[in-house]
Amino acid sequence: MAEHVMYFADEKAQRIFLAKTIAKKVVVYLFLTIFALFMLAPFVIMVIGSFIEADAFNTFEANADFSMLGFSHWGLSNYAVVFAEKYKTGTGIEFDKPSFAHFFLNTFIVAIGSTTVTVVTAVLAAFAFARLQFKGKDLLFTLLLATMMIPGEMMVITNFMTTLSLKWTNTFAALILVHGVSVFYIFYLRQTFQQIPNELYLAAKVDGVSDIGYLLKVMVPIAMPTITTILILSMMGSWNSYVWPNLVANETWRYDPSGTYSMKLVSNGLMSLFATQQDGADSIKIAGSMVVTAPLFLVFILFRKYIMRGVSRSGIKG
Amino acid sequence: MALFKKERKVAEAPMPSGDVLVADEVKVVGPLISKRRRVSLPQWATAWIVLIPALIFLVMFMFYPIINTFLYAFLQDFTYVPGGGSFALGQFISAMSQTCKSSYGSCTIVYPSFGFNNFAELFVEGSVFPKTILNTAELVIIEVPLTIIISLLIATFLNSIKALKGLYQTIFFLPYVTNTIALGLIFNMAFSRTPGGLVNIVLKNLFNVDPINWLSKDISPYNGAASRFTQGIVIVVYSIWNGIAFKILVFMSGLATIDKQYYDAAKIDGSSSFTIWRRITLPLLSPQILYITITSFIGAFKMYTGVMAVYQGVSADGYYFGGDDGTTWMPVVGWIYKRLASDSLKPGISSAGSLVLLAIIMVITAAQFAVSKKRVHY
Repeated sequence: MAEHVMYFADEKAQRIFLAKTIAKKVVVYLFLTIFALFMLAPFVIMVIGSFIEADAFNTFEANADFSMLGFSHWGLSNYAVVFAEKYKTGTGIEFDKPSFAHFFLNTFIVAIGSTTVTVVTAVLAAFAFARLQFKGKDLLFTLLLATMMIPGEMMVITNFMTTLSLKWTNTFAALILVHGVSVFYIFYLRQTFQQIPNELYLAAKVDGVSDIGYLLKVMVPIAMPTITTILILSMMGSWNSYVWPNLVANETWRYDPSGTYSMKLVSNGLMSLFATQQDGADSIKIAGSMVVTAPLFLVFILFRKYIMRGVSRSGIKG
Repeated sequence: MALFKKERKVAEAPMPSGDVLVADEVKVVGPLISKRRRVSLPQWATAWIVLIPALIFLVMFMFYPIINTFLYAFLQDFTYVPGGGSFALGQFISAMSQTCKSSYGSCTIVYPSFGFNNFAELFVEGSVFPKTILNTAELVIIEVPLTIIISLLIATFLNSIKALKGLYQTIFFLPYVTNTIALGLIFNMAFSRTPGGLVNIVLKNLFNVDPINWLSKDISPYNGAASRFTQGIVIVVYSIWNGIAFKILVFMSGLATIDKQYYDAAKIDGSSSFTIWRRITLPLLSPQILYITITSFIGAFKMYTGVMAVYQGVSADGYYFGGDDGTTWMPVVGWIYKRLASDSLKPGISSAGSLVLLAIIMVITAAQFAVSKKRVHY
């Protein structure tokens, strides 16, 4: 589009207009920059804090002694502690702690498990709603819509009791299966499926392709971008989930006295890291949060397009 | 695609070598297709078959829990009977069939019944529940308008610039792809009790304010525990940081759909930027603003992890929200989960609490739809 050509009454009017435009630009950029700095500040604290050795960080915190932030006090020792099985406090007391590698493994298993189940159920259900005709379709769809209005807390209460009575506490079953279906993803996929022209379905029918064959060979390949978005958002959801794992997987240690394997996920692991021995472990906790956040950033850099598209439609987090 | 390959194979099939086409051989083309055709189910049957996996999960972990939590809420004097399953009515029956097995003379069994006792217990003298509703309402009323206004401003400004737009957009989106707990920990450190907390350093150097105890209990070097007010500031600052990314994204996509002609027309009429924003941008963005307002009010009323995260490190169980008893800023959802986890054999009272939350959310949503009928331009 061509730029507007502006005509002014005289030079003075032009000068005033230019000054106003520049002033506006300055205000806009100043406002945006201040807020951008506010947005970035926690990340800056996180990156810098995670590299400063615990002793130096504690000295800095106690006295605001900036010399302790220098590069000579930087190192990877915080990260080493995060992934270690033991931790020695400043006063020389050594105690066992779970390694973050363990939380990572748990989270990967849960993320892959629940994402697989969610995607399979969503693809199949969305196919039925988008393409097939059956009695009760509208009723069922309205029911699904209605559940989105109900706060999740109501479901959590009974699901927690179900978990107790099935003796599923501290098992992967509780962490994976309870989130085996997502109404939102069914809606999202159904929308994409509905955009696929009818002619393809009829053509496939003429060729003798079954409904399932059509879903797998035509619809899924066409809807792959949406499915990718769902895969990524669901993985991120598992990575960030805190409430449910906190209720059903609450053992702290890798091997607790009763021999039960700890089922904590990364968020819960981070919360429980040094909960009781918190003094002097601040920089190690920062390293822990860095370890939890870094993979998310990596995913964001790689799949920015998919994430932003999915998010602008959903508004779900974690 | 495999589908079309099959077609080609049929076409390329070698013709019979003889000069006369034998009727049998021509037929081959016909049956070749129908032979490949599997016994096809009627559509409704296929539909229900593909719905089965989703339905199993939906019924077990969504439909059933919603109904069952209703039942729990009205089942009073009830203690979970191990081995009785989670179904409220099943539990009711097994609780009613309890018999006295005690050999120590007299024993009393309290039999459950249906009634409103659980709700009454939420509001008895000394119950924390009413306080958590007020806490939540207070935070919602401060936080939601603030985040909406800030994100609206940022979105408008972002939309008006060209240089560095992409960079700013990415920066403002970053909080969305982070972990609430991890960044809550960082905010906790930034508002640290020690002089080395970032916020205290900034305040000291710019305004010469003495270090403030933002979050902690009464510990050196301060005299006095953190006040409810300063704790509230930290919570609101974190929720702004955490909450504007999504809103900016929605407003930006709304702004992108507004036709540029309106702006050109207004400029020709000599309207000021503010008038243009007030008279064109705002009305045309009203569907997005309504959507964001409703979802943020609902989302904010369910706040929990964001509040808990800034108190990080004080307590590992996730139910500490400031003060000596951990309830200074306890939100409703925090109370529900704490109640459920600490008294897991009596889900009735936390269920009643969740029903109250549901009622509040319904009222807010209905009120906003009523208001929006007059205000929103579609």
